[in-house]
Amino acid sequence: MDGVGQGPRVVFEIFGWKVTETVVMGWLVILIVFVLCRFLTRNLKKVPESKRQVVAEMMVNFVNNLVKSNMGENMMVYAPYIGALLLYALLGSLISLVGLRSVTADFNTTLSMALITFAMITYTKIKYHGVGGYLKGFCSPIGFMLPLNLISEVATPASMAFRLFGNIAGGMVITSLLYGALGALSSALGLVFEAGSWGFSVFQVGIPAVLSVYFDLFSGCIQAYIFSMLTMVNVAAGKD
Amino acid sequence: MEKAIVLGCSAIGAGLAMIAGIGPGIGEGYAVGKTIESIARQPEAQGDCTRTMFIGVAMAESTGIYAFVVALILLFANPFIGKL
Repeated sequence: MDGVGQGPRVVFEIFGWKVTETVVMGWLVILIVFVLCRFLTRNLKKVPESKRQVVAEMMVNFVNNLVKSNMGENMMVYAPYIGALLLYALLGSLISLVGLRSVTADFNTTLSMALITFAMITYTKIKYHGVGGYLKGFCSPIGFMLPLNLISEVATPASMAFRLFGNIAGGMVITSLLYGALGALSSALGLVFEAGSWGFSVFQVGIPAVLSVYFDLFSGCIQAYIFSMLTMVNVAAGKD
Repeated sequence: MEKAIVLGCSAIGAGLAMIAGIGPGIGEGYAVGKTIESIARQPEAQGDCTRTMFIGVAMAESTGIYAFVVALILLFANPFIGKL
């Protein structure tokens, strides 16, 4: 059970600031996204010739269509942010496939992403209704609904953050619990082969990979999609 | 001794919290079933139906996720141990 659910490890310290695994992996994901963008958008042509440009156009079109159908034509300014969010959440979850720790399995990451969404919702509300209209919106339809409206305002980013964090962290915990259980099972049956410091359990081969396909691949993709979808829906709902 | 009691009760509490998994299971089952029904009736609306279903399923899932977070806190970041 070592390391399960204990939060990310501290990799190194700078001036007393603890730099955890999450931060390092976050920068790695940012680097991957940056390199990917540079690579895909090199010498663009009006009529695409390379496969690279077709892939890039496909990704941009996907995000643009998503934003257009969920937020409307007049809110297309949010498309770059949604694309970045989608790519960051997706790669941040999928990075666990290569054995690194997911960025989104840390509550700090998901909470900060959800707080950006919250700021965008508030901005949209103030932009379309004015400050007075925004404050008045808390007392709608009648005055004593104020506490309930305040709770539901806070619940939106909290539930978004908990949803993404819970799914990815839950998958991580379940996968490592199963991994430990399979190791214990194979050592109970005497199927562990040890060569020096390197051990090999028979049941640990292959079986966790099946679970990993669901929890890492499927869950990561779906939850990244859901997170950006909820961002779009909530921001667009701030308009009316 | 006190610590053992607190730890044991926390483990039981974590297990009890995960009973909440029943609710989202039933709810998501209903949502997916209804979506399949509507897709079977109107196959051309598959894209819209699937997209809406995923949103709804993610919403229904959040109660289960809250229970899971409570269980995780009880198991790994137990707040009661520090109060002894």
